[in-house]
Amino acid sequence: MSGAVTLFRKEVQRFWKVGFQTIAAPVLTAILYLLIFAHVLDEHVRVHEVAYTAFLIPGLVMMSVLQNAFANSSSSLIQSKVTGSIVFILLPPISWAELFLAFVGAAVVRGMVVGAAVLAATAFFTPMTFYSPLWIVLFALLGGGIMGALGVIGGIWAEKFDQLAAFQNFLILPLTMLSGVFYSIATLPPVWRQVSHFNPVFYMIDGFRYGFFGVSDAPPETSLAVVGACFVVVALATLALLRSGYKLRN
Amino acid sequence: MSLDIRAGEFFGLLGPNGAGKTTLISCLAGLARPDAGHLRVMGHDVVSDAGAARRVLGVVPQELVFDPFFTVRETLRIQSGYFGIRNNDDWIDEILAELDLTAKADTNMRRLSGGMKRRVLVAQALVHKPPVIVLDEPTAGVDVELRQGLWQFVSRLNREGQTVILTTHYLDEAQALCGRIAMLKEGRVVALDTTANLLARHSSHALVVRLAAGDTLPDALRERAVAEDGAWRFRLATPTDIEPLLATLRVAGCRLADVQLLQGDLEDVFLDIMHAGGAGA
Repeated sequence: MSGAVTLFRKEVQRFWKVGFQTIAAPVLTAILYLLIFAHVLDEHVRVHEVAYTAFLIPGLVMMSVLQNAFANSSSSLIQSKVTGSIVFILLPPISWAELFLAFVGAAVVRGMVVGAAVLAATAFFTPMTFYSPLWIVLFALLGGGIMGALGVIGGIWAEKFDQLAAFQNFLILPLTMLSGVFYSIATLPPVWRQVSHFNPVFYMIDGFRYGFFGVSDAPPETSLAVVGACFVVVALATLALLRSGYKLRN
Repeated sequence: MSLDIRAGEFFGLLGPNGAGKTTLISCLAGLARPDAGHLRVMGHDVVSDAGAARRVLGVVPQELVFDPFFTVRETLRIQSGYFGIRNNDDWIDEILAELDLTAKADTNMRRLSGGMKRRVLVAQALVHKPPVIVLDEPTAGVDVELRQGLWQFVSRLNREGQTVILTTHYLDEAQALCGRIAMLKEGRVVALDTTANLLARHSSHALVVRLAAGDTLPDALRERAVAEDGAWRFRLATPTDIEPLLATLRVAGCRLADVQLLQGDLEDVFLDIMHAGGAGA
């Protein structure tokens, strides 16, 4: 197990050493979103009786958690595959389950660090309420875990950086942007509202936001069940992939 | 392919590019899975008992790879941790000193020269004191000083009981270091024997004779001789062939300006076996 602990620490150190790029940059991006959307919409829009800026902040925080968790595991894997340094973790006796724990664990840590930094930075714009911190933490952990595991899948599958970028731009980004980060799906036409219910990221954002305001588009228990089930499915798929050695031990 | 490398050996794995050396090492190290057959490291199957097999194996990969985020010391501490070893600084310091890396211990990997990076790769393979060390072309592109230092260090480890498996294209290194050698060709073992036996069986001696000015080679020897820079080269099946050859020259009244007896080397053996396609291994 100590091999996994070392790998976990190394993965955390890896993003920490380039914190300007891995932490400061996504915080700046989130603040820019907040400045633009809040400036345009805050005086005109209230969602679930919550001012738009306050409504937007949990969405931006969770989006940052998800995108950075994915980026951490996927970028580490693709970089070490392309440079060949992946051998350093394949030669030692680190099991497939330990690889999973280390990569996903570090991805969750990066997601949580960036999410906390975004929350701290955006707190200057409007006072926030914390209806149920436990729900906030639970959804952030599960969401980060799902995206961290998807990052492992993406990093293993991709053989070049542009393949990973395609995975990120054509799958992860649309799923997060169309999940209710910027709006309540109650405002969508019925068809798109139905479609949104098939997007698992919607439940991550909605459940996370429930922790702040105590209101949500879907019942929080439903969101938790969907997100929990998603985590189990994605985790099992990732474990199976690691166990098979697909594109790693070939 | 069937190959048994004994504990404590310094074993050479030679062959032309594409012979299967790196594939064999990759399967041994768990970087690739064999389609068929079994490989064991100190009794541990590399697939069914992979953890134990990897624990006793240290591999220096052929490619010059490194993690650009860390210093040399951090890299070695991380690699130790992967093998479950904490507080390994005493051994790390010793490896750094042996490989002349002490001054670079706190330098980022990106800032090292190619030769220095190669030394770190060797150090990474040794952090967990593996009883079996695999060196896949460890001296490719490195200077003479490192080669000598590396071989002194690895020879010391071998004398202390560690098994060393070496692949290299520098056949003089293999000849000097390896007690036993396997030669591979197209995924098959075409020769497997002690270095001394391979040299004795496949290598021939040669006598180079330079005649005094004005003297000509007797016709009886012309068929066997190869002209070489004003001298004549005779291939000898055994060193005892020298005597009749010299006797023929003496009887013909030839005066000798210079005589050299040349010993064949592993390169001759390698070329001989590769061109012959096998040595009945």
